[in-house]
Amino acid sequence: MKRLANRQEIIELRGRLKADFLGADKKKVKLCCGTACRATGSLKVLDALKTEMQKRSEDVDIVTTGCQGLCQKGPLMKVEPHGYFYQRVTTAHAPKIVEYTLSAGFPVRELLYKDSIITKPIEAMDEVPFYKKQMRLVLRNNERIDPGNIHQYIAHDGYSALEKAFFSLTPEAVIEEMKASGLRGRGGAGFPAGIKWEAVRRSVNKTKMVVANGDEGDPGAFMDRSIMEGDPHSLIEGMLICAYAIGARYGFIYVRHEYPLAVKNLNVAIKQARDLGFLGDNILGTEVSFDISIREGAGAFVCGEETALLQSIEGKRGFPVQKPPFPAERGVWAYPTCINNIETFANVPYILSVGSENFAKLGTERSKGTKVFALTGKIKNTGLIEVPMGITLREIIYDIGGGMLSDKKLKAVQTGGPSGGCIPAEQIDLQVDFDSLFSVGSMMGSGGLVAMDENDCMVDVAKFFLSFTQQESCGKCPPCRIGTYQMLQILDRITKGEGAAGDIERLQHIGNMVKEGSLCGLGKTAPNPVLSTIKYFREEYEEHINNKFCKAKVCKGLGFYRIDNEECFLCGLCKQACVYDAIVELKDSFHIDMDYCAKCKACYETCPIDAVKIEKAGYKHQAAIYTNIRADVQE
Amino acid sequence: MIDIQEEMGMVGDALTDEQKRKAVLIHAFHKIQKENNYLPEEKLNEISEELSIPLSEVYSAASFYKQFYFKPRGKNIVCVCVGTACHVRGAQAVVNKFEGSFGVKAGETTEDLAVTLETVGCVGCCGLAPVVVVNDEITGELTPAETNAIIEAIKEGSYEKTG
Repeated sequence: MKRLANRQEIIELRGRLKADFLGADKKKVKLCCGTACRATGSLKVLDALKTEMQKRSEDVDIVTTGCQGLCQKGPLMKVEPHGYFYQRVTTAHAPKIVEYTLSAGFPVRELLYKDSIITKPIEAMDEVPFYKKQMRLVLRNNERIDPGNIHQYIAHDGYSALEKAFFSLTPEAVIEEMKASGLRGRGGAGFPAGIKWEAVRRSVNKTKMVVANGDEGDPGAFMDRSIMEGDPHSLIEGMLICAYAIGARYGFIYVRHEYPLAVKNLNVAIKQARDLGFLGDNILGTEVSFDISIREGAGAFVCGEETALLQSIEGKRGFPVQKPPFPAERGVWAYPTCINNIETFANVPYILSVGSENFAKLGTERSKGTKVFALTGKIKNTGLIEVPMGITLREIIYDIGGGMLSDKKLKAVQTGGPSGGCIPAEQIDLQVDFDSLFSVGSMMGSGGLVAMDENDCMVDVAKFFLSFTQQESCGKCPPCRIGTYQMLQILDRITKGEGAAGDIERLQHIGNMVKEGSLCGLGKTAPNPVLSTIKYFREEYEEHINNKFCKAKVCKGLGFYRIDNEECFLCGLCKQACVYDAIVELKDSFHIDMDYCAKCKACYETCPIDAVKIEKAGYKHQAAIYTNIRADVQE
Repeated sequence: MIDIQEEMGMVGDALTDEQKRKAVLIHAFHKIQKENNYLPEEKLNEISEELSIPLSEVYSAASFYKQFYFKPRGKNIVCVCVGTACHVRGAQAVVNKFEGSFGVKAGETTEDLAVTLETVGCVGCCGLAPVVVVNDEITGELTPAETNAIIEAIKEGSYEKTG
């Protein structure tokens, strides 16, 4: 590839590529090759399709795209120009796809999306309920281009925002656009991106850095990964515009080591961008020079915190440092550094191409634009979604997510990962934006949304998140290091049925101290899951402590076990499973002797028809019966 | 062992020699670990000399990151995702099952170096929870039967991703 030397050359190139790739009736298969679809076998489907096409000498472009969103139903595929959307494609379907769809233009009916077996199949992607309410702006390229091909990105107006910035806007004007758009950092805290850029620009130091934070450590979040994997050029373009605006020379993308595909795709993208002259010296014949290198993390959650991340780039332990000075004044190697989240950068090209006014029309008063969420947990359609700010949780869970699995009742929605909190089902009409989530004790975080049903124990969930942050605490500040450990000990006791009166108050007390006393975002937010579950689900904590009972039947060592003899069909599996010999077999019934039972849940998990019940009370009532049963058996 | 100039790229121009040497340290660890599948003591000695960084600092950096290992790892690496989505869909039961079958706790390696069992915060495949990654191959929507099949295949030494 030849380096593009001026504006004219890129315009000509784009014109040529548009004609090549976007011919109206060109047959195209867009196969999702994101991590999740790869796990369900999309690469095998790709091979099968290729062989099949060769056999029938069909001339069709196969585009291997990034994550298309509906991960649960993968591998996904879109066929153009017909617009058919196929899900759960297997290698066995390849002949049919080629024969019916590509040759004849008819849909393969069994691959179309259906809400249930009785509803009519849906042909087009946009008509599928999962996509209907979404607004895919940042993810716009994810379903239509091959991330490994810069030409396809350019054909879809890629690098046109860069062109606009370089040739018709001054750096100050770019920053003004960013400020006017109201874009807030997508990493969680929601700091306005334009203001941050301006601060870096004002710095007197000549050498400046741009850092993209792709250390997406939150469990239950994969937005950044999907962008890095599916649309790396948007990220590069965003970083380039930022570099132009603030006058930076060097850039870094910090990626988690757990995302090998993202690293691979980014490397390819950076190389192609260099070859075409979008990176390197004198970009597009201008005075601007900028280059990006990738830094891989190594499994430290705290490195998602900006100051810790910068330490890690320098090759040190990833300890957060005191702010101020903010990275904008003194960042990596003490140079002024503009550090933003991946998704923030991916928003930039879109903002510049549609203009800040149009962008600012989306979303709510103080949170503009869209937000990408990783929608997971116990709902029907899990995957990657992008919605305008201000949408309600109800719309996300029921319209996009398709409702709860097995139609159970929604209990809570967890947002913001280990830094966020649990929002109870009663507040499901809450608008999703930075401030309203914060007002209910949760936060946007990087964008994980986990739906939980009545079978999830809130104490257990709080314990889960706390054990995560406790493990990941870097150990620099004692309030976080010791505080989270102490809180975890208390939670552990509670879930084992050894909770004592006053434990809830103790948790709140320590939690508030950890919040106040920690240096970085990890420590400051670590108690959130516990404090928010205490706030909204206090009765569950009390039940664990006072009644020694776990309503969701998750925690071991709580409650009373009983076999419902009406339901039991005498398979005897529970007796086999019990290592404590607590199950007494009579001629036509099984019983659990609570004197022997260790409440290990083995019988409960083994029973094929759920005839083993865990109940809140019942020991006294049953005591007499067991005495009689033992006596009977002995006779 | 490591080419500082190449690793640093253009940004090297803005840095002092010492800054560059330190900055490649984590790259070096990744490289050593790729070759040896852990960080052997002698290699860390070498890197310390090559980059003129005190061994204490080398260990200080390496021990901070969870993905660097000081002990040899197994031939098969079983990594169970215990992220939020996997947790609410029963990842703990999966971990217990692997622990029981291989006789090691999460984070440990079997004595014959056949299997290392690990847990990870999130692999970002939450849509397919619960997920296990065996030798970099992801299997999602695990059922007990699939878990058993994976365990059997690993024990027989014939693990290959199915489906």
